[in-house]
Amino acid sequence: MEFFKYISKRILQVIPLLIIVSIISFFIIRLAPIDPLAELRLNPSISQETLDKEIKRLNLDKPIYIQYVSWAKSFLKGDLGYTSAGEKVSTKLKERIPNTLLLTSIVIFMTWIVGIPLGIFAAVKKETVFDRVLTVISSIGMAIPSFFFAILLLIFAVKTGWFPVGGLTSYNFNELSLIGKFFDLAKHLVLPTVVLFTISLSGLQRQMRANMLEVLDSDYVKFARAKGLSEFKVIFKHALRNAINPMITLLGFEFAGLLSGAALTEYVFQYPGLGRLILEAVMKSDINLVMASLMMGTIMLILGNLLADILLMLTDPRVRGTK
Amino acid sequence: MREFFAKLFQDKFARISFFTLVVLYLIILFANFIAPYSSSYSNRDKAYAPPSKVYTIDEKGNLSRPYTYNYIREFEPTLMQTIYKQDRSQKYYLKLLPKIEGHRHLFGVQDGGELYLLGTDINGRDVFSRLLFGGRISMTVGFLSLLIVFPIGLLYGGISGYFGGIVDVLMMRFAEAVMAIPSFYLLIILAAILPTGMTSVQRFGLIVVILALIGWAGFARVVRGMVLSIKNEDFVSAAKTIGASDLRIILKHILPQTTSYVIIAMTLSIPSYILAESGLSFLGLGIQQPDASWGNMLKEAQEFTNILYRPWLLTPGILIFIAVLSFNLLGDVIRDILDPKSQKRI
Repeated sequence: MEFFKYISKRILQVIPLLIIVSIISFFIIRLAPIDPLAELRLNPSISQETLDKEIKRLNLDKPIYIQYVSWAKSFLKGDLGYTSAGEKVSTKLKERIPNTLLLTSIVIFMTWIVGIPLGIFAAVKKETVFDRVLTVISSIGMAIPSFFFAILLLIFAVKTGWFPVGGLTSYNFNELSLIGKFFDLAKHLVLPTVVLFTISLSGLQRQMRANMLEVLDSDYVKFARAKGLSEFKVIFKHALRNAINPMITLLGFEFAGLLSGAALTEYVFQYPGLGRLILEAVMKSDINLVMASLMMGTIMLILGNLLADILLMLTDPRVRGTK
Repeated sequence: MREFFAKLFQDKFARISFFTLVVLYLIILFANFIAPYSSSYSNRDKAYAPPSKVYTIDEKGNLSRPYTYNYIREFEPTLMQTIYKQDRSQKYYLKLLPKIEGHRHLFGVQDGGELYLLGTDINGRDVFSRLLFGGRISMTVGFLSLLIVFPIGLLYGGISGYFGGIVDVLMMRFAEAVMAIPSFYLLIILAAILPTGMTSVQRFGLIVVILALIGWAGFARVVRGMVLSIKNEDFVSAAKTIGASDLRIILKHILPQTTSYVIIAMTLSIPSYILAESGLSFLGLGIQQPDASWGNMLKEAQEFTNILYRPWLLTPGILIFIAVLSFNLLGDVIRDILDPKSQKRI
């Protein structure tokens, strides 16, 4: 019961957050001296009827707060309007969001599989050669600009010809068998994954190491050792469970960082994700698309944080107890 | 203070990064003097010339003053592209402290010679000189943004934490909302709505402001957390008893307590501003041509032919990497010194 109370409270908190975010983004974009329908007007394939529908939908002839309300209403109904190319914004988003989610979830999964053990190991073997080498590597990983690293990998891909450059699928994707499709996708995902993986792994590994060191220094670990427990049991039964909790909170932040980092990486690799979509939309000042993808990005981020909070509650009884 | 620096220099990493940064800042400070070419120099006939080779041994095998050869551009009909060949007929000796166009430079080359240490870009501009001028923008943008972020963040977090209650709730919800927008998305949108036709100084100023708009919220939140614990201390109640105003208590008594955190946060957050600026300029939304910044110089590296055949265009990326790495390492050590509790890097 306690569990559902907490979750519903947490979900309710999301609503005001979303409203504020939508107001901020709406006003930032609308205060810009750009006619939201300029591109649509110039597009000969767009009928006057569609244009009128858009003007009516966005209430462009009314004051800005009414515009906001009507925009919010149609957003809730799932009507996001048309892109400047005349496509439906919602179809465009449906096509791109899964790609970004695919990329980020693979990266998060991999960083956790690799980063957590590395962090534990570095903490346990503190100040050994292994730890020092890891520290140097993670410093390098944190300092390299994602787009620069992506470019370096592109050079590598072109020179060796081992990986396809750009896109998510090959031109003959639809003719491939199921297994062929899988390998084609995987091949295209390797390079963007490597870039994002390297960058977020460094932070994760460091954080895990720091948490682990803090826990290993605490009284209950000293007590467990004094009791004569094996080092293995001390680390995995007592220390790890406490050290990993803050990492779950960080999961939300990691997701945020990935969404932002992915934008540049997607751009360099021509990966059809949300980040590149919003970039292209911004360059073409396609207001509907910018607004919708910004909101979707925000919603994804908030949901990511929500998920992390719920996960934390499942693993950490203290959170359940106090709240 | 002296103790702080003594501790700082004990660490090998901190020493190296500190001196790297000092050297970088000195170089960009004296960019006009060190760069062999001015920031407006452009040789349209020598687009994408490869780096000049400097020789110290002449053709007879004897040691000689350093000299270089010019490149001549030729069209290769079989490859259908222009290639550069060295013109071996004329040697040009390097000169120390020559006077070029009325200004004294650190080094240069004899009249008629061309010295492109790191090649040229699409407009025939010297990449080495532009790296130095670009560093001026890339290496200062972080500091300038912090000058905006810190007062706002401190005051916002201070007020929110000190007053608590409904003020706190409202202010924090707003800060959280700013943080909930994926920062890079917000960044490109803000940069894209900047009006066109600004002078380069105006544009630079606005980029600084935009970067600050993204960064203040996270900082304000942490300050608020610290203020929450500080405001119950005895010296705050004492100040209240003698009738100090709320603003005075926040500014004079509470915020100074956060100094060590502020210093740590500053050194650790500069790299993210450098990276953000370079990312923006790389996309063409930040610093605009003809001004140089490390990010917009890398814009040319977006083309395949450039990264494959003209690797010297990638040098700005290496400099970004060095600068960010140095700030990170320095920040780590400063944190260890000022915040003994943290054990990130022992």
